[in-house]
Amino acid sequence: MTAPFRLPSGGRIDRSRELAFRFDGRRYIGRPGDTLASALLANGVRLFARSFKYHRPRGVMAAGAEEPNALVLLEPGRFAEPNLRATEIELYDGLTAESVNRWPSLRFDLGAVTGLASGLFVAGFYYKTFMWPPSWWNRIYAPAIRRMAGLARAPREPDPEVYEHRHAHCDILVVGGGPAGIAAAHAAAASAARVMLVDERPNFGGALLDAPRRIGDEAGAAWVDRMLGETKALALPRTTAFGYYDHNFVALAERLTEGLAPPERAGRPRQRIWHVRARRVVLAPGAHERPLVFPGNDRPGVMLASAVAAYIHRYAVLPGRRAVFLANDDSVYAAAREFTRQGGEVAALVDLRPESAADADGLPVLRSAMPVRSLGRGRVSGIEIASAPDGGTRRIACDLIAMGGGWNPAVHLFSQSRGALRWDDGLQTFVPGGSAQAERSVGAAAGRFDLEGCIAQGAEAGAAFARELGFETPRRSAPPEPPPPPALVRTAPPGGRGKAFVDFQNDVTASDVALARREGMRSVEHLKRWTTLGMATDQGKTSNINGLALMAAGLGLPPAAVGHTAFRPPYTPVPFGALAGRNIAALADPVRRTPMQDWHEANGAVFEPVGQWLRARYYPGGGETMREAVARECRAVRGAAGVLDASTLGKIDIRGPDAAEFLNRIYTNGWKMLGIGRCRYGLMLGEDGMVFDDGVTTRTGEHRYLMTTTSGNAAAVLEWLEEWLQTEWPELQVYCTSVTEQWGTITVSGPHARILLEPLVEDIDLDPAAFPFLSMREGRIGGAPGRIFRIAFTGELSYEVNLPWRRCLPVWETLIGAGAAPYGTEAMHVLRAEKGFIVVGHETDGTVTPLDLGMERMVSSRKDFIGRRSLARPDSRRPDRKQLVGLLPEDPSEVLQEGAQIVEAPRETPPVPMLGHVTSSYWSAAMERGFALALVKGGRSRHGDRVWASATTGDSRVRIVDPVFYDREGARLDG
Amino acid sequence: MMRIECPWCGARDETEFHYGGEAHIARPADPDALTDEAWADYLFIRANPRGIHAERWMHAQGCRRWFNALRHTVSHDFAAVYPMGAPRPEPPEAET
Repeated sequence: MTAPFRLPSGGRIDRSRELAFRFDGRRYIGRPGDTLASALLANGVRLFARSFKYHRPRGVMAAGAEEPNALVLLEPGRFAEPNLRATEIELYDGLTAESVNRWPSLRFDLGAVTGLASGLFVAGFYYKTFMWPPSWWNRIYAPAIRRMAGLARAPREPDPEVYEHRHAHCDILVVGGGPAGIAAAHAAAASAARVMLVDERPNFGGALLDAPRRIGDEAGAAWVDRMLGETKALALPRTTAFGYYDHNFVALAERLTEGLAPPERAGRPRQRIWHVRARRVVLAPGAHERPLVFPGNDRPGVMLASAVAAYIHRYAVLPGRRAVFLANDDSVYAAAREFTRQGGEVAALVDLRPESAADADGLPVLRSAMPVRSLGRGRVSGIEIASAPDGGTRRIACDLIAMGGGWNPAVHLFSQSRGALRWDDGLQTFVPGGSAQAERSVGAAAGRFDLEGCIAQGAEAGAAFARELGFETPRRSAPPEPPPPPALVRTAPPGGRGKAFVDFQNDVTASDVALARREGMRSVEHLKRWTTLGMATDQGKTSNINGLALMAAGLGLPPAAVGHTAFRPPYTPVPFGALAGRNIAALADPVRRTPMQDWHEANGAVFEPVGQWLRARYYPGGGETMREAVARECRAVRGAAGVLDASTLGKIDIRGPDAAEFLNRIYTNGWKMLGIGRCRYGLMLGEDGMVFDDGVTTRTGEHRYLMTTTSGNAAAVLEWLEEWLQTEWPELQVYCTSVTEQWGTITVSGPHARILLEPLVEDIDLDPAAFPFLSMREGRIGGAPGRIFRIAFTGELSYEVNLPWRRCLPVWETLIGAGAAPYGTEAMHVLRAEKGFIVVGHETDGTVTPLDLGMERMVSSRKDFIGRRSLARPDSRRPDRKQLVGLLPEDPSEVLQEGAQIVEAPRETPPVPMLGHVTSSYWSAAMERGFALALVKGGRSRHGDRVWASATTGDSRVRIVDPVFYDREGARLDG
Repeated sequence: MMRIECPWCGARDETEFHYGGEAHIARPADPDALTDEAWADYLFIRANPRGIHAERWMHAQGCRRWFNALRHTVSHDFAAVYPMGAPRPEPPEAET
């Protein structure tokens, strides 16, 4: 197979090998060193994609990251990567790619009718058309438009690739490996400074690889090789600096397996994200050429002039036989000369300007001429040109239109660094103004386009930064004065009929920009949102400047007054997988395991996440449903005895002579009179008076306490205690230590708890007469030193056993062997709710005071504590605050939905006044009915009232009752 | 991501720290003496300057110590870090 547009010599491709690949099902041959775009161009392919909205045929326009059109889906299937730029995909043998946004095929696309009906699809069309009848929008219009519009479909399967993250520090980071960047890195690394040099392409050299340039007596490519060989700088190719954040933090995406087929990638990360903290940053990312805005400027065969030069020199591809060059800039002349030298025919060089200093070198130049429109069906067959003197038009046949509207410095990273941009009237674009961080832009990125100047500027910046950081390095001469800027013609509003595209990727035309202005969009930010100009994967690399220039011209303002939209990371798209790195699946968040976790797993527990813990929720046996299992566990506790793994409870050891005073300030109730070996329930508020946490704290010594917290809140509580000790009360001598994972906890609960536990305990009298409720004893349990607390969350006789973490499991197994039933967190919840005990996070949500919960007796009036003053705020004393109540559904078989809204009557016309909501709801085995806890406005004075609980599952009639359902007298506490 | 100078551990990435809001807000010695409005001021009202802001940070994934800092809310430059209880230093230059 021959590639008809491949030049017989030149390029950076390997002609000794062939690579077979497929695009849209057809087989082609390319060469190592090709990109997908260059290989397809070599094969004569011009149609690459259908456009976003109008489904217009599109070819390749650029040769790098700024490509707006040629997006493809690489490797359909497991390894699918959507919306990659064909200009950046390095070819490999067996590569398969598909064009995006076409149906049924690229050549014959039914969606192209939107182009015929394009009057309906102008900018902002979705705000105006397809609005009637309103009910059709969600059901019919939006799904249809979403199917038609857009780019490639996201893969549905898990990504089989792995990605890595790496952190790095360096003295000087140089972004961009063109002449300016290489010179900067070389000069900086001549000192002892640690230097990194990154470039998004596989080869360093930047624009030097796009033209036959000489530096001194060296060829450009030889200079690149020599400089890179000499420097100690860490040079990373295929590495895109995509985000510039605070304090010189720069994020890089390094593509490690680019150009390799999926089987060859196995075991290697696809990408590595570098988090680089650089003391100084040199920005040398170069510039993007500006398209010209004229009707039909999106037709396949219209390319950037610089891209034509790049395809010739990098890949030995001549992208056409007969070309018309459109020039608003002298650099186009060089590209045209090169096209001729490689055997192409330049039909005309149409210069928009009346004169130019550029070397015409026999090219057929038309001055003061304008493109009227491109000609052709599907691809370019000619162009219509208007010449200034007579204004007459003429048609020129060609198969390639190469346009150059001037250059836009790639100021994206500079702008992300919060540097201020300055409008340059000579270059007709924005250039870096003042720096906000320790950074300097050099080369084309700084608006400098002469090669010698770029190199001198880069070397000077690299050396100056190295010296600034204290490294010894020779002083470099200041760069020469830049040549005068080329006189550019302002991008004029296009004349002819037809769509003149500003943003190719989003199908935004010059008339859309004008329409936006007529609709009252005055700011570029409004223009962007109204037209979508500058959005999607290319973020306006080729379109932003043209768009705002048109906007400014329409408003009669200088472009500087219109300004620019914010440049946001990422510079080019980064896969989510790369951002996630290894932090996925089991590694996304650590799972904390209790000493009994293996036992729970082996015994078929169903787990629920509580903070980072996975707690056993219930233990279904013999095909039980959840309700059956939980009811069985509840009956076991109330009727005999159960054991609960409560090891996840937060435990904080608090010591120091001021510990009691500290607890007094932290908790709502008093702590100064608590005797050694006694326990007390405590309630903690935020300074706003809202419940923050609760738990039992035990005085374990003269100046020592053990605080327990809720499982999910342990770290937050410890931080809260530390905050007050360090910031407000440094005079208190108190020390807090987390001991959560030093002590495992087994709760033995139920009338038989004492009988079951007694054989395991050597030196503690478990008799309730000797060991009263809310006290603690130390002794040996199962042969290990431990503590037992008389605490009861279930309302039954309970012993909470604390043992060293590794000594818990034998005790747990012995208790179960003796007949204790393991119960999980769900049964625990049912049992505590039957007793009306709150759970922080269920009955509280940061807006609930102790008074709302009916816990006035917990609130001391004899001391100050955190949050106390807030309880006296008028809002805290409103009589219509939501208060804790019990609910009983009229239908006893019903279990209400948690979160159901309490309303006076269902199905009223909205807005329906909300009285409150269900906070906990369960099936009670003891009552043999459903019951719930709820927060209801003024609920404490409404016991007996009937209201409705309204949920997605339906409306339920419920009766408001006291929140304590079971053993109100506490008769069961001592067994 | 900012780089923050912990007074005890040195410069570390922002992700190691917890932000603690405005500094130098002392808890009233006698909350009962405050009007509801004055108490609400203490609870809720904070400075939101465009410029130097005195604020609290905690090195959560390091020494777990709280400290104060002067940070410019636009440039994110840290003008000073200083211990809890120390008076607010004068900013090096009058910035707004």
